Amino acid sequence: MKIKSQKDFFSGLMFMGVGVAFAWGATNYTVGTGARMGPGYFPLMLGIVMTVIGALMTFFALTVETVDGAKIGKWAWRQVGYILGANFAFGVLLGGLPSLGIPAMGLIVGIYALVLISSLAGHSFNLKQVLILATVLAIGSYLAFIWALKLQMQVWPTFITG
Amino acid sequence: MDLISNLSLGFSVAFTPINLLYCLLGCILGTLIGVLPGIGPVATIAMLLPATYALPPVSALIMLAGIYYGAQYGGSTTAILVNLPGESSSVVTVIDGYQMARKGRAGPALAAAGLGSFFAGSVGTLILAAFAPPLTEVAFKFGPAEYFSLMILGLIGAVVLASGSLLKAIAMIVLGLLLGLVGTDVNSGVARFSFDIPELTDGIGFVAIAMGVFGYGEIIANLAQPEDQREVFTGKVEGLFPTKEDFKRMLPAVLRGTALGASLGILPGGGALLAAFAAYTIEKKTKLHPGEVPFGKGNIRGVAAPESANNAGAQTSFIPLLTLGIPPNAVMALMVGAMTIHNIQPGPQVMTSNPELFWGLIASMWLGNAMLVILNLPLIGMWIKLLTVPYKYLFPSIVLFCAIGVYSTNNNTFDIWMVGIFGFVGYLFYKLGCEPAPLLLGFILGPMMEENLRRALLLSRGDWSVFVTRPLSAGLLAAAALLLIIVLLPAVKNKREEAFVEE
Repeated sequence: MKIKSQKDFFSGLMFMGVGVAFAWGATNYTVGTGARMGPGYFPLMLGIVMTVIGALMTFFALTVETVDGAKIGKWAWRQVGYILGANFAFGVLLGGLPSLGIPAMGLIVGIYALVLISSLAGHSFNLKQVLILATVLAIGSYLAFIWALKLQMQVWPTFITG
Repeated sequence: MDLISNLSLGFSVAFTPINLLYCLLGCILGTLIGVLPGIGPVATIAMLLPATYALPPVSALIMLAGIYYGAQYGGSTTAILVNLPGESSSVVTVIDGYQMARKGRAGPALAAAGLGSFFAGSVGTLILAAFAPPLTEVAFKFGPAEYFSLMILGLIGAVVLASGSLLKAIAMIVLGLLLGLVGTDVNSGVARFSFDIPELTDGIGFVAIAMGVFGYGEIIANLAQPEDQREVFTGKVEGLFPTKEDFKRMLPAVLRGTALGASLGILPGGGALLAAFAAYTIEKKTKLHPGEVPFGKGNIRGVAAPESANNAGAQTSFIPLLTLGIPPNAVMALMVGAMTIHNIQPGPQVMTSNPELFWGLIASMWLGNAMLVILNLPLIGMWIKLLTVPYKYLFPSIVLFCAIGVYSTNNNTFDIWMVGIFGFVGYLFYKLGCEPAPLLLGFILGPMMEENLRRALLLSRGDWSVFVTRPLSAGLLAAAALLLIIVLLPAVKNKREEAFVEE
């Protein structure tokens, strides 16, 4: 057996997995009957539909010929890592992580970290340009979000402002 | 006449300084993201939603709507000057628009796009104003069974008209419906699929999904592409005004594009993108006049028709949202979210309970279109400069605005974790060739569908035949089935695949 369309094959597996997970999860809640639908009724129904669709997709991916095999290609792990890393770093710095004892460092520090880390995902990296961009964005965000829109968030590290 | 008194109410709302200001702001932002490739209206509207909390609902909706139709204008600028669609709906404008620019006729191409869009936008707004009240009347006759069937029709319509694999699109809808069910069940109070995480009992934030999948997912996909150099016509655009000959060619194309776009926009899943595709295909089928430039070589009709169509479609896709409360595409799904944030339940009652909002929004669209012509034609130089901003400055800014925006929806870092997770999910979808727009639609409709299904079956005592014995509901389901059958017909199937692959 040969996979004729890689994208569809793995999509099918993904949908099947998600469908089974939702349907199985739904059985933990009261399913009920049509006239008296419990909280599990609709998710169970949808989970089954999704599993069937996923199975069909996988089946077609093994039988229907495609021109180039619809290869998934290389994963851009570096970009994924830096972009999502920048996002998570921003979250940690902005709000802190009380469970790990990390204090909130505030918006401004967060912006510098986010811009620095996410820029590493780009095609070229020039520290001076990145720092200028971060400074511009920090000032701009302060003016737009804190001063003009009055959003409530930690701006400076907690150990400075308390 | 009703229409006139309604519109005058609308204009009295839209003409207040504050609403004019937000309309202008929305149009500027829309043009901006339209011009910039790599960021679309879905991500932008999601980013700005939190910022509209403080605004009055009318102003917020006026601004968000402006972003959507403004993006249709801006997208054409990039398409013509850079050979790159600034917005997905201007994909076909690239073909003839860029060729015109290469021949030194960028000016007339931009003018054709701008004027065509303005005409189409005005007509679209009028259609919206004229058709909304009678449709609302019909909507009031709808019971839960009809609503459920209507949503089925809407979702089927959305996948039929979407590009790519039908099966995948349906799967994405179901996935969206399922994700929409996460959180506390309104009927029983049971927290479903929340894994004992308190934040999840409120459900997954749709801002986090929209930003993660459409914002982060797209950025990662863009960055993974090798850097390419494109020829940008940043020099001065001269001779903006089309010649008499151009006008003669443009006019019928604009009319055809508008008519097509306006009707396709109303259909579920329609909206701007499909309208542009269809309009270009039709223009290509018509016979060339003697001495006319062939299509693909810089024919002005190839710019005027799709640009009119996408703008008319953008305008009329508000009809199902405002009359039935059912979003026909991903952007409208976000508008539902925006209305809910401001405590407005979308549906037929909006017109009677919030007439100033309803008509104010419609009137603002016409004003917005007028502003956009001015923004995009005389001030074109400003936008051209923007095109020279490199992507390496843009993407960190987008990531930052997404992160700040999603945090401010609840002032909780949990949303930042969610947007990151959905960013990865978005990239996964991209890699697997799964179009994400139907997911967002399903996500918004999930709870509504469950509620209407529950009510319909409760009323019929669990008898499923209620959906086919009530004539309106049966008609809607029949329409949905018909749509599916038509698409699965071999002849149509091949044509459909061709249409989406070719351009």
